[in-house]
Amino acid sequence: MSDDIYREIILDHYRNPRNKGKLVESDVSIHDSNPLCGDEIDIHLKVDGNNIKDIKFEGRGCAISQASASMLTEMIMGKPLTSVKDLTKEDILENIGLLNLGPARIKCALLSLKVLKLGMVKYYADRDPDSAKKLQSDSTGM
Amino acid sequence: MMQKGALNVQKIREDFPILKRKLSGDKPLVYLDNAATTQKPLAVINAIHDYYMNYNSNIHRAVHQLAEEATLEFEKTREKVAKFINAKKTEEIIFTRNATEAINLVAYSWGRANVKKDDRIVITEIEHHSNIVPWQILTSEKRAKLEYVGTDDNGYLKLQEYTNYLESSKKVKLVSVSHMSNVLGTIVPVNDIIKMSHEKGIPVVIDGAQSVPHMHVDVQKMDCDFMAFSAHKMLGPTGVGILYVKEEILEKMPPFIGGGDMIKEVHKYETRYNDLPYKFEGGTPNIADVIGFAAAIDYLNDIGMDKVRDHEVELTGYALDKITGVKGVTVYGPHNTKDRGGVISFNIGDIHPHDLATIMNDHGVAIRSGHHCAQVLMERLDVAATSRASFYIYNTKEEVDVFINALEEARRLFKI
Repeated sequence: MSDDIYREIILDHYRNPRNKGKLVESDVSIHDSNPLCGDEIDIHLKVDGNNIKDIKFEGRGCAISQASASMLTEMIMGKPLTSVKDLTKEDILENIGLLNLGPARIKCALLSLKVLKLGMVKYYADRDPDSAKKLQSDSTGM
Repeated sequence: MMQKGALNVQKIREDFPILKRKLSGDKPLVYLDNAATTQKPLAVINAIHDYYMNYNSNIHRAVHQLAEEATLEFEKTREKVAKFINAKKTEEIIFTRNATEAINLVAYSWGRANVKKDDRIVITEIEHHSNIVPWQILTSEKRAKLEYVGTDDNGYLKLQEYTNYLESSKKVKLVSVSHMSNVLGTIVPVNDIIKMSHEKGIPVVIDGAQSVPHMHVDVQKMDCDFMAFSAHKMLGPTGVGILYVKEEILEKMPPFIGGGDMIKEVHKYETRYNDLPYKFEGGTPNIADVIGFAAAIDYLNDIGMDKVRDHEVELTGYALDKITGVKGVTVYGPHNTKDRGGVISFNIGDIHPHDLATIMNDHGVAIRSGHHCAQVLMERLDVAATSRASFYIYNTKEEVDVFINALEEARRLFKI
Protein backbone atom coordinates (compact mmCIF):
# COMPACT_ATOMS: atom_id res chain seq x y z
CA MET A 1 0.00 0.00 0.00
CA SER A 2 1.07 3.57 -0.69
CA ASP A 3 1.28 4.47 2.99
CA ASP A 4 4.10 1.95 3.35
CA ILE A 5 5.92 3.18 0.28
CA TYR A 6 5.77 6.93 0.69
CA ARG A 7 7.12 7.10 4.23
CA GLU A 8 8.84 10.15 5.69
CA ILE A 9 12.33 8.87 4.85
CA ILE A 10 11.54 8.28 1.16
CA LEU A 11 9.97 11.72 0.79
CA ASP A 12 12.93 13.26 2.62
CA HIS A 13 15.48 11.70 0.26
CA TYR A 14 13.28 12.58 -2.73
CA ARG A 15 13.05 16.25 -1.74
CA ASN A 16 16.51 16.59 -0.16
CA PRO A 17 18.68 14.16 -2.09
CA ARG A 18 22.11 13.45 -0.61
CA ASN A 19 25.25 13.51 -2.76
CA LYS A 20 23.47 15.00 -5.73
CA GLY A 21 25.51 16.70 -8.43
CA LYS A 22 28.67 16.17 -10.44
CA LEU A 23 32.21 15.30 -9.36
CA VAL A 24 35.04 17.56 -10.42
CA GLU A 25 37.24 14.60 -11.17
CA SER A 26 35.50 11.28 -11.59
CA ASP A 27 37.00 7.96 -12.61
CA VAL A 28 33.73 6.71 -14.02
CA SER A 29 30.49 8.39 -15.12
CA ILE A 30 27.56 6.40 -16.35
CA HIS A 31 23.96 7.12 -17.37
CA ASP A 32 20.90 4.97 -17.81
CA SER A 33 17.13 5.42 -17.92
CA ASN A 34 14.03 3.41 -17.35
CA PRO A 35 12.01 3.54 -20.57
CA LEU A 36 8.80 2.63 -18.75
CA CYS A 37 8.88 5.61 -16.43
CA GLY A 38 11.43 7.85 -18.05
CA ASP A 39 13.40 7.88 -14.78
CA GLU A 40 17.00 8.91 -15.39
CA ILE A 41 20.10 8.42 -13.23
CA ASP A 42 23.73 9.42 -13.76
CA ILE A 43 26.34 8.16 -11.32
CA HIS A 44 29.82 9.63 -10.94
CA LEU A 45 32.47 7.66 -9.06
CA LYS A 46 35.89 8.53 -7.69
CA VAL A 47 37.89 5.50 -6.70
CA ASP A 48 40.85 5.60 -4.35
CA GLY A 49 42.82 2.37 -4.28
CA ASN A 50 40.18 -0.19 -3.43
CA ASN A 51 37.62 2.17 -1.95
CA ILE A 52 34.90 4.44 -3.26
CA LYS A 53 36.36 7.78 -2.34
CA ASP A 54 33.43 9.84 -3.56
CA ILE A 55 30.12 9.31 -5.30
CA LYS A 56 27.54 11.71 -6.68
CA PHE A 57 24.38 11.18 -8.66
CA GLU A 58 22.21 13.25 -10.95
CA GLY A 59 18.73 12.30 -12.01
CA ARG A 60 15.09 12.99 -12.41
CA GLY A 61 12.09 10.78 -11.97
CA CYS A 62 9.76 9.35 -9.38
CA ALA A 63 10.25 9.45 -5.62
CA ILE A 64 11.23 5.78 -5.48
CA SER A 65 13.99 6.02 -8.09
CA GLN A 66 15.46 9.25 -6.75
CA ALA A 67 15.25 8.33 -3.06
CA SER A 68 16.75 4.94 -3.82
CA ALA A 69 19.69 6.59 -5.62
CA SER A 70 20.23 9.06 -2.79
CA MET A 71 20.19 6.28 -0.19
CA LEU A 72 22.52 4.15 -2.30
CA THR A 73 25.16 6.88 -2.37
CA GLU A 74 25.07 7.11 1.43
CA MET A 75 25.26 3.35 1.72
CA ILE A 76 28.42 2.90 -0.34
CA MET A 77 30.37 6.08 0.31
CA GLY A 78 33.89 5.10 1.39
CA LYS A 79 33.17 1.39 1.12
CA PRO A 80 35.59 -1.09 -0.50
CA LEU A 81 34.84 -1.89 -4.13
CA THR A 82 34.89 -5.60 -3.38
CA SER A 83 31.81 -5.31 -1.18
CA VAL A 84 30.01 -2.81 -3.45
CA LYS A 85 30.53 -5.07 -6.42
CA ASP A 86 28.50 -7.86 -4.78
CA LEU A 87 25.51 -5.73 -3.80
CA THR A 88 22.24 -7.51 -4.63
CA LYS A 89 18.74 -6.33 -5.43
CA GLU A 90 17.69 -7.49 -1.98
CA ASP A 91 20.38 -5.32 -0.35
CA ILE A 92 18.95 -2.27 -2.09
CA LEU A 93 15.32 -3.02 -1.34
CA GLU A 94 16.24 -3.61 2.29
CA ASN A 95 18.25 -0.40 2.36
CA ILE A 96 15.24 1.64 1.27
CA GLY A 97 12.81 -0.45 3.26
CA LEU A 98 10.60 -1.37 0.31
CA LEU A 99 10.34 -5.13 0.16
CA ASN A 100 6.91 -5.44 -1.43
CA LEU A 101 7.14 -3.40 -4.62
CA GLY A 102 5.31 -4.69 -7.68
CA PRO A 103 7.15 -5.66 -10.86
CA ALA A 104 6.71 -2.23 -12.48
CA ARG A 105 7.86 -0.13 -9.55
CA ILE A 106 10.73 -2.42 -8.54
CA LYS A 107 12.56 -1.21 -11.66
CA CYS A 108 12.39 2.33 -10.29
CA ALA A 109 13.96 1.21 -7.02
CA LEU A 110 16.74 -0.73 -8.75
CA LEU A 111 17.67 1.77 -11.46
CA SER A 112 20.48 3.32 -9.41
CA LEU A 113 21.95 -0.09 -8.61
CA LYS A 114 21.84 -0.93 -12.31
CA VAL A 115 23.66 2.28 -13.16
CA LEU A 116 26.21 1.65 -10.41
CA LYS A 117 26.87 -1.86 -11.75
CA LEU A 118 27.24 -0.53 -15.30
CA GLY A 119 29.67 2.07 -13.97
CA MET A 120 31.73 -0.64 -12.33
CA VAL A 121 31.66 -2.65 -15.56
CA LYS A 122 33.34 0.34 -17.14
CA TYR A 123 35.79 0.64 -14.25
CA TYR A 124 36.73 -3.03 -14.29
CA ALA A 125 36.75 -3.43 -18.09
CA ASP A 126 40.56 -3.28 -18.33
CA ARG A 127 41.51 -3.86 -14.69
CA ASP A 128 39.59 -7.08 -14.06
CA PRO A 129 37.66 -8.39 -17.09
CA ASP A 130 36.14 -11.30 -15.11
CA SER A 131 34.54 -8.97 -12.59
CA ALA A 132 33.37 -6.72 -15.42
CA LYS A 133 31.71 -9.68 -17.06
CA LYS A 134 29.95 -10.74 -13.87
CA LEU A 135 28.75 -7.19 -13.16
CA GLN A 136 27.46 -6.90 -16.71
CA SER A 137 25.39 -10.04 -16.35
CA ASP A 138 24.16 -8.90 -12.89
CA SER A 139 22.92 -5.65 -14.39
CA THR A 140 20.88 -7.20 -17.16
CA GLY A 141 17.31 -7.85 -16.21
CA MET A 142 17.38 -5.22 -13.47
CA MET B 1 -30.86 11.40 -12.84
CA MET B 2 -30.87 10.53 -16.51
CA GLN B 3 -31.11 13.44 -18.85
CA LYS B 4 -33.38 13.01 -21.78
CA GLY B 5 -31.36 11.54 -24.63
CA ALA B 6 -28.30 10.95 -22.47
CA LEU B 7 -26.45 7.64 -22.33
CA ASN B 8 -27.78 4.93 -20.09
CA VAL B 9 -24.38 4.37 -18.54
CA GLN B 10 -25.52 1.80 -16.00
CA LYS B 11 -26.93 -0.34 -18.78
CA ILE B 12 -23.77 0.13 -20.85
CA ARG B 13 -21.60 -0.92 -17.90
CA GLU B 14 -23.37 -4.27 -17.74
CA ASP B 15 -22.05 -5.06 -21.22
CA PHE B 16 -18.42 -4.81 -20.06
CA PRO B 17 -17.49 -7.83 -17.91
CA ILE B 18 -14.15 -6.34 -16.84
CA LEU B 19 -15.87 -3.46 -15.05
CA LYS B 20 -16.91 -5.92 -12.35
CA ARG B 21 -13.26 -6.43 -11.44
CA LYS B 22 -11.67 -5.21 -8.25
CA LEU B 23 -8.14 -3.81 -7.92
CA SER B 24 -5.84 -3.73 -4.90
CA GLY B 25 -7.97 -6.27 -3.10
CA ASP B 26 -11.47 -4.89 -2.80
CA LYS B 27 -11.54 -1.62 -4.73
CA PRO B 28 -13.92 -1.56 -7.71
CA LEU B 29 -12.01 -0.85 -10.91
CA VAL B 30 -12.26 2.77 -12.06
CA TYR B 31 -10.81 2.57 -15.54
CA LEU B 32 -9.56 5.98 -16.69
CA ASP B 33 -6.92 4.90 -19.21
CA ASN B 34 -9.18 4.91 -22.25
CA ALA B 35 -6.87 7.00 -24.41
CA ALA B 36 -4.42 4.08 -24.23
CA THR B 37 -7.00 1.40 -24.94
CA THR B 38 -10.68 0.94 -24.14
CA GLN B 39 -12.37 -2.04 -22.58
CA LYS B 40 -14.33 -4.49 -24.75
CA PRO B 41 -18.04 -5.22 -24.58
CA LEU B 42 -19.22 -8.81 -24.44
CA ALA B 43 -20.46 -8.54 -28.04
CA VAL B 44 -16.89 -8.05 -29.27
CA ILE B 45 -15.49 -10.84 -27.11
CA ASN B 46 -18.29 -13.16 -28.31
CA ALA B 47 -17.71 -12.33 -31.97
CA ILE B 48 -14.06 -13.37 -31.72
CA HIS B 49 -15.02 -16.47 -29.75
CA ASP B 50 -17.67 -17.37 -32.32
CA TYR B 51 -15.20 -17.07 -35.20
CA TYR B 52 -12.69 -19.43 -33.60
CA MET B 53 -15.40 -21.82 -32.39
CA ASN B 54 -17.40 -22.02 -35.59
CA TYR B 55 -15.83 -20.75 -38.80
CA ASN B 56 -12.08 -20.25 -38.33
CA SER B 57 -10.49 -20.28 -41.75
CA ASN B 58 -8.13 -18.28 -43.92
CA ILE B 59 -9.84 -15.77 -46.18
CA HIS B 60 -9.96 -14.72 -49.85
CA ARG B 61 -8.68 -18.05 -51.20
CA ALA B 62 -10.22 -21.41 -50.34
CA VAL B 63 -13.63 -22.29 -51.70
CA HIS B 64 -14.91 -24.31 -48.76
CA GLN B 65 -17.79 -23.00 -46.71
CA LEU B 66 -15.67 -21.94 -43.72
CA ALA B 67 -13.52 -19.72 -45.91
CA GLU B 68 -16.61 -18.23 -47.51
CA GLU B 69 -18.13 -17.40 -44.15
CA ALA B 70 -14.90 -15.95 -42.78
CA THR B 71 -14.31 -13.87 -45.92
CA LEU B 72 -17.85 -12.57 -45.80
CA GLU B 73 -17.59 -11.48 -42.16
CA PHE B 74 -14.13 -9.99 -42.68
CA GLU B 75 -15.34 -7.90 -45.64
CA LYS B 76 -18.49 -6.92 -43.76
CA THR B 77 -16.24 -5.16 -41.26
CA ARG B 78 -14.63 -3.22 -44.08
CA GLU B 79 -18.06 -2.03 -45.21
CA LYS B 80 -18.98 -1.05 -41.66
CA VAL B 81 -15.74 0.89 -41.22
CA ALA B 82 -16.27 2.69 -44.53
CA LYS B 83 -19.79 3.68 -43.48
CA PHE B 84 -18.67 4.66 -39.98
CA ILE B 85 -16.28 7.33 -41.28
CA ASN B 86 -18.35 7.94 -44.44
CA ALA B 87 -15.69 6.85 -46.95
CA LYS B 88 -16.93 6.94 -50.54
CA LYS B 89 -15.87 3.35 -51.23
CA THR B 90 -14.96 0.28 -49.23
CA GLU B 91 -11.83 -0.03 -51.40
CA GLU B 92 -10.48 2.99 -49.56
CA ILE B 93 -10.25 1.07 -46.27
CA ILE B 94 -7.03 -0.85 -45.56
CA PHE B 95 -6.57 -3.04 -42.49
CA THR B 96 -3.22 -2.81 -40.71
CA ARG B 97 -2.01 -3.94 -37.30
CA ASN B 98 -2.56 -0.57 -35.65
CA ALA B 99 -2.67 3.18 -36.35
CA THR B 100 1.13 3.26 -36.18
CA GLU B 101 1.42 0.77 -39.03
CA ALA B 102 -1.19 2.73 -40.97
CA ILE B 103 0.92 5.90 -40.79
CA ASN B 104 4.03 3.90 -41.64
CA LEU B 105 2.22 2.55 -44.69
CA VAL B 106 1.74 6.12 -45.92
CA ALA B 107 5.38 6.98 -45.22
CA TYR B 108 6.83 3.85 -46.84
CA SER B 109 4.51 3.68 -49.83
CA TRP B 110 3.34 7.20 -50.71
CA GLY B 111 6.28 8.89 -49.02
CA ARG B 112 9.05 6.93 -50.72
CA ALA B 113 7.43 7.44 -54.11
CA ASN B 114 6.78 11.16 -53.74
CA VAL B 115 9.15 12.82 -51.28
CA LYS B 116 12.44 14.05 -52.68
CA LYS B 117 15.58 15.79 -51.45
CA ASP B 118 14.88 19.15 -49.76
CA ASP B 119 11.10 18.59 -49.73
CA ARG B 120 9.43 19.36 -46.45
CA ILE B 121 6.96 17.42 -44.36
CA VAL B 122 5.05 19.46 -41.80
CA ILE B 123 3.85 17.89 -38.55
CA THR B 124 3.17 19.44 -35.11
CA GLU B 125 4.50 19.47 -31.56
CA ILE B 126 1.44 17.64 -30.25
CA GLU B 127 2.03 14.47 -32.28
CA HIS B 128 2.24 10.97 -30.85
CA HIS B 129 5.54 9.23 -31.63
CA SER B 130 3.67 7.25 -34.30
CA ASN B 131 3.19 10.47 -36.26
CA ILE B 132 6.78 11.63 -35.77
CA VAL B 133 9.17 8.70 -36.13
CA PRO B 134 7.92 7.42 -39.56
CA TRP B 135 8.51 10.93 -40.93
CA GLN B 136 11.94 11.14 -39.33
CA ILE B 137 12.86 7.88 -41.03
CA LEU B 138 11.48 9.03 -44.38
CA THR B 139 13.01 12.52 -44.34
CA SER B 140 16.40 11.21 -43.28
CA GLU B 141 16.33 8.57 -46.04
CA LYS B 142 15.29 11.14 -48.65
CA ARG B 143 17.36 13.98 -47.21
CA ALA B 144 14.12 15.92 -46.92
CA LYS B 145 13.21 18.14 -43.98
CA LEU B 146 10.80 17.65 -41.10
CA GLU B 147 9.13 20.81 -39.79
CA TYR B 148 7.00 21.37 -36.69
CA VAL B 149 4.03 23.63 -36.13
CA GLY B 150 4.22 24.75 -32.51
CA THR B 151 1.60 25.00 -29.77
CA ASP B 152 0.79 27.88 -27.47
CA ASP B 153 0.77 27.53 -23.68
CA ASN B 154 -2.87 26.39 -23.67
CA GLY B 155 -2.24 23.54 -26.08
CA TYR B 156 -3.67 25.18 -29.21
CA LEU B 157 -1.70 24.86 -32.46
CA LYS B 158 -0.17 28.06 -33.79
CA LEU B 159 -2.08 27.99 -37.07
CA GLN B 160 -0.17 30.98 -38.42
CA GLU B 161 2.88 28.73 -38.68
CA TYR B 162 1.05 26.60 -41.26
CA THR B 163 0.60 29.69 -43.38
CA ASN B 164 4.31 30.46 -43.01
CA TYR B 165 5.30 26.98 -44.14
CA LEU B 166 2.73 26.76 -46.93
CA GLU B 167 3.52 30.24 -48.31
CA SER B 168 7.28 29.62 -48.20
CA SER B 169 9.07 28.94 -51.46
CA LYS B 170 10.42 25.66 -50.15
CA LYS B 171 8.21 22.82 -51.27
CA VAL B 172 5.95 21.27 -48.64
CA LYS B 173 5.08 17.76 -49.84
CA LEU B 174 2.86 16.55 -47.03
CA VAL B 175 1.08 17.75 -43.92
CA SER B 176 0.38 15.23 -41.16
CA VAL B 177 -1.52 16.17 -38.03
CA SER B 178 -3.37 14.61 -35.15
CA HIS B 179 -7.11 15.32 -34.99
CA MET B 180 -7.05 15.14 -31.19
CA SER B 181 -4.03 15.27 -28.91
CA ASN B 182 -3.62 12.11 -26.83
CA VAL B 183 -2.05 14.20 -24.07
CA LEU B 184 -3.85 17.54 -24.01
CA GLY B 185 -7.11 16.44 -25.58
CA THR B 186 -6.94 19.45 -27.89
CA ILE B 187 -9.28 19.09 -30.85
CA VAL B 188 -7.35 20.41 -33.82
CA PRO B 189 -9.20 22.47 -36.48
CA VAL B 190 -8.27 19.94 -39.16
CA ASN B 191 -10.87 21.24 -41.64
CA ASP B 192 -9.05 24.58 -41.83
CA ILE B 193 -5.63 22.92 -42.07
CA ILE B 194 -6.82 20.63 -44.87
CA LYS B 195 -8.39 23.52 -46.77
CA MET B 196 -5.23 25.62 -46.48
CA SER B 197 -3.04 22.72 -47.59
CA HIS B 198 -5.28 21.74 -50.50
CA GLU B 199 -5.19 25.30 -51.81
CA LYS B 200 -1.47 24.64 -52.31
CA GLY B 201 -2.10 21.14 -53.66
CA ILE B 202 -0.62 19.46 -50.58
CA PRO B 203 -2.18 16.22 -49.29
CA VAL B 204 -2.96 15.81 -45.59
CA VAL B 205 -2.67 12.80 -43.28
CA ILE B 206 -4.98 12.86 -40.25
CA ASP B 207 -4.08 10.80 -37.19
CA GLY B 208 -7.57 9.97 -36.01
CA ALA B 209 -6.55 7.53 -33.27
CA GLN B 210 -8.03 9.75 -30.55
CA SER B 211 -10.88 11.39 -32.48
CA VAL B 212 -12.63 8.60 -34.40
CA PRO B 213 -13.47 6.69 -31.18
CA HIS B 214 -14.94 9.75 -29.47
CA MET B 215 -16.78 11.89 -31.99
CA HIS B 216 -18.53 11.79 -35.33
CA VAL B 217 -15.87 11.86 -38.07
CA ASP B 218 -16.73 12.19 -41.77
CA VAL B 219 -13.71 11.80 -44.06
CA GLN B 220 -15.53 13.16 -47.11
CA LYS B 221 -16.70 16.28 -45.32
CA MET B 222 -13.27 16.73 -43.77
CA ASP B 223 -11.71 16.01 -47.18
CA CYS B 224 -8.53 14.47 -45.69
CA ASP B 225 -6.38 12.41 -48.04
CA PHE B 226 -5.29 9.83 -45.48
CA MET B 227 -6.64 8.93 -42.07
CA ALA B 228 -5.23 6.44 -39.58
CA PHE B 229 -6.97 5.05 -36.51
CA SER B 230 -7.09 2.02 -34.28
CA ALA B 231 -9.84 -0.49 -33.38
CA HIS B 232 -8.68 -1.07 -29.83
CA LYS B 233 -9.26 2.52 -28.80
CA MET B 234 -12.95 2.22 -29.77
CA LEU B 235 -14.12 -0.96 -28.01
CA GLY B 236 -12.52 -3.22 -30.63
CA PRO B 237 -9.71 -5.77 -30.26
CA THR B 238 -6.00 -4.97 -30.36
CA GLY B 239 -4.14 -5.81 -33.56
CA VAL B 240 -6.41 -3.97 -35.97
CA GLY B 241 -5.53 -0.58 -37.43
CA ILE B 242 -7.31 1.22 -40.22
CA LEU B 243 -5.90 3.36 -42.96
CA TYR B 244 -8.30 5.36 -45.09
CA VAL B 245 -6.89 6.70 -48.36
CA LYS B 246 -8.75 8.58 -51.09
CA GLU B 247 -9.12 6.22 -54.02
CA GLU B 248 -7.39 8.43 -56.59
CA ILE B 249 -4.31 8.57 -54.35
CA LEU B 250 -4.43 4.91 -53.42
CA GLU B 251 -4.51 3.91 -57.09
CA LYS B 252 -1.10 5.48 -57.64
CA MET B 253 0.57 4.16 -54.51
CA PRO B 254 3.18 1.38 -54.76
CA PRO B 255 2.61 -1.64 -52.47
CA PHE B 256 3.78 -1.66 -48.86
CA ILE B 257 4.34 -5.25 -47.73
CA GLY B 258 5.01 -7.85 -50.40
CA GLY B 259 3.70 -11.40 -50.11
CA GLY B 260 0.56 -13.48 -50.24
CA ASP B 261 -2.90 -11.99 -50.75
CA MET B 262 -1.58 -8.72 -52.20
CA ILE B 263 -0.89 -10.24 -55.63
CA LYS B 264 -2.76 -11.32 -58.75
CA GLU B 265 0.03 -13.21 -60.48
CA VAL B 266 3.58 -13.89 -59.40
CA HIS B 267 6.22 -14.89 -61.94
CA LYS B 268 9.92 -15.44 -61.42
CA TYR B 269 10.92 -11.81 -61.81
CA GLU B 270 7.71 -9.84 -61.81
CA THR B 271 4.38 -9.61 -60.08
CA ARG B 272 0.99 -8.19 -60.93
CA TYR B 273 -0.48 -6.71 -57.80
CA ASN B 274 -3.96 -7.31 -56.53
CA ASP B 275 -6.84 -4.83 -56.75
CA LEU B 276 -7.49 -2.23 -54.07
CA PRO B 277 -7.44 -2.52 -51.15
CA TYR B 278 -5.88 -6.01 -51.10
CA LYS B 279 -2.72 -4.74 -52.78
CA PHE B 280 -1.87 -3.16 -49.41
CA GLU B 281 -2.73 -6.13 -47.21
CA GLY B 282 0.13 -8.62 -47.69
CA GLY B 283 -0.05 -11.87 -45.73
CA THR B 284 -2.87 -13.38 -43.68
CA PRO B 285 -4.53 -10.52 -41.84
CA ASN B 286 -5.81 -10.48 -38.27
CA ILE B 287 -9.08 -12.13 -39.29
CA ALA B 288 -10.59 -12.81 -35.85
CA ASP B 289 -9.98 -9.33 -34.53
CA VAL B 290 -11.16 -7.59 -37.69
CA ILE B 291 -14.39 -9.58 -37.34
CA GLY B 292 -14.56 -8.63 -33.66
CA PHE B 293 -14.17 -4.98 -34.63
CA ALA B 294 -17.47 -5.10 -36.54
CA ALA B 295 -19.26 -5.78 -33.25
CA ALA B 296 -17.57 -2.73 -31.73
CA ILE B 297 -18.75 -0.51 -34.58
CA ASP B 298 -22.28 -1.88 -34.22
CA TYR B 299 -22.14 -1.10 -30.52
CA LEU B 300 -21.04 2.50 -31.08
CA ASN B 301 -23.61 2.99 -33.86
CA ASP B 302 -26.36 1.78 -31.54
CA ILE B 303 -25.39 4.47 -29.05
CA GLY B 304 -24.67 7.16 -31.64
CA MET B 305 -21.38 9.04 -31.84
CA ASP B 306 -22.97 12.39 -30.99
CA LYS B 307 -24.17 10.93 -27.70
CA VAL B 308 -20.72 9.49 -27.05
CA ARG B 309 -19.25 12.96 -27.51
CA ASP B 310 -21.95 14.64 -25.36
CA HIS B 311 -21.35 12.19 -22.53
CA GLU B 312 -17.61 12.83 -22.60
CA VAL B 313 -18.02 16.60 -22.76
CA GLU B 314 -20.22 16.48 -19.67
CA LEU B 315 -17.90 14.14 -17.77
CA THR B 316 -14.79 16.12 -18.74
CA GLY B 317 -16.41 19.38 -17.68
CA TYR B 318 -17.34 17.83 -14.34
CA ALA B 319 -13.82 16.43 -13.85
CA LEU B 320 -12.11 19.70 -14.86
CA ASP B 321 -14.23 21.61 -12.32
CA LYS B 322 -13.31 19.19 -9.57
CA ILE B 323 -9.62 18.76 -10.38
CA THR B 324 -8.86 22.46 -10.62
CA GLY B 325 -10.17 22.71 -7.04
CA VAL B 326 -7.47 20.34 -5.75
CA LYS B 327 -4.55 22.20 -4.19
CA GLY B 328 -1.31 22.05 -6.18
CA VAL B 329 -2.83 20.73 -9.43
CA THR B 330 -1.73 21.98 -12.86
CA VAL B 331 -3.95 20.95 -15.78
CA TYR B 332 -2.45 21.02 -19.28
CA GLY B 333 -4.34 21.82 -22.47
CA PRO B 334 -7.48 23.82 -23.27
CA HIS B 335 -9.85 24.43 -20.36
CA ASN B 336 -12.83 24.83 -22.65
CA THR B 337 -14.56 21.44 -23.05
CA LYS B 338 -15.73 22.45 -26.52
CA ASP B 339 -12.11 22.36 -27.73
CA ARG B 340 -11.01 19.19 -26.02
CA GLY B 341 -11.76 15.50 -25.86
CA GLY B 342 -12.21 13.43 -22.74
CA VAL B 343 -8.55 13.53 -21.81
CA ILE B 344 -7.11 15.38 -18.82
CA SER B 345 -3.35 15.60 -18.36
CA PHE B 346 -2.12 17.08 -15.11
CA ASN B 347 0.50 17.22 -12.43
CA ILE B 348 0.17 17.81 -8.71
CA GLY B 349 2.93 19.50 -6.71
CA ASP B 350 6.20 17.59 -6.95
CA ILE B 351 4.54 14.16 -7.03
CA HIS B 352 5.95 12.25 -9.95
CA PRO B 353 3.18 10.77 -12.15
CA HIS B 354 4.39 7.25 -11.49
CA ASP B 355 4.12 7.76 -7.75
CA LEU B 356 0.65 9.20 -8.27
CA ALA B 357 -0.39 6.24 -10.43
CA THR B 358 0.77 3.87 -7.69
CA ILE B 359 -1.35 5.70 -5.10
CA MET B 360 -4.32 5.81 -7.51
CA ASN B 361 -4.02 2.06 -8.01
CA ASP B 362 -4.52 1.55 -4.28
CA HIS B 363 -7.93 3.15 -4.78
CA GLY B 364 -8.73 0.97 -7.79
CA VAL B 365 -8.18 3.87 -10.18
CA ALA B 366 -6.27 3.06 -13.39
CA ILE B 367 -4.70 6.17 -14.90
CA ARG B 368 -1.77 6.57 -17.25
CA SER B 369 1.45 8.23 -16.21
CA GLY B 370 4.54 9.06 -18.20
CA HIS B 371 5.32 10.80 -21.46
CA HIS B 372 2.37 9.23 -23.34
CA CYS B 373 4.55 8.57 -26.41
CA ALA B 374 4.70 12.32 -26.94
CA GLN B 375 8.15 13.35 -25.77
CA VAL B 376 8.32 16.29 -28.18
CA LEU B 377 5.23 17.74 -26.50
CA MET B 378 6.63 16.98 -23.04
CA GLU B 379 9.70 19.04 -23.92
CA ARG B 380 7.44 21.83 -25.12
CA LEU B 381 5.49 21.76 -21.84
CA ASP B 382 8.82 21.49 -20.01
CA VAL B 383 7.69 18.52 -17.95
CA ALA B 384 9.27 15.06 -17.73
CA ALA B 385 5.90 13.37 -17.49
CA THR B 386 2.24 13.94 -16.71
CA SER B 387 -0.60 11.94 -15.26
CA ARG B 388 -3.54 11.40 -17.55
CA ALA B 389 -7.15 10.47 -16.91
CA SER B 390 -9.22 9.68 -20.00
CA PHE B 391 -12.88 8.80 -20.25
CA TYR B 392 -15.24 6.71 -22.32
CA ILE B 393 -18.88 5.73 -22.53
CA TYR B 394 -18.89 3.60 -19.38
CA ASN B 395 -17.36 6.16 -17.03
CA THR B 396 -19.51 7.95 -14.46
CA LYS B 397 -19.40 11.08 -12.31
CA GLU B 398 -19.18 8.78 -9.27
CA GLU B 399 -15.95 7.39 -10.74
CA VAL B 400 -14.63 10.91 -11.19
CA ASP B 401 -15.34 11.45 -7.48
CA VAL B 402 -13.33 8.33 -6.57
CA PHE B 403 -10.49 9.64 -8.74
CA ILE B 404 -10.59 13.06 -7.06
CA ASN B 405 -10.64 11.48 -3.59
CA ALA B 406 -7.58 9.41 -4.51
CA LEU B 407 -5.89 12.59 -5.72
CA GLU B 408 -6.62 14.29 -2.39
CA GLU B 409 -5.21 11.25 -0.61
CA ALA B 410 -1.98 11.51 -2.66
CA ARG B 411 -1.77 15.19 -1.79
CA ARG B 412 -2.05 14.36 1.91
CA LEU B 413 0.53 11.58 1.67
CA PHE B 414 3.05 13.89 -0.02
CA LYS B 415 2.12 16.79 2.30
CA ILE B 416 1.36 19.23 -0.49
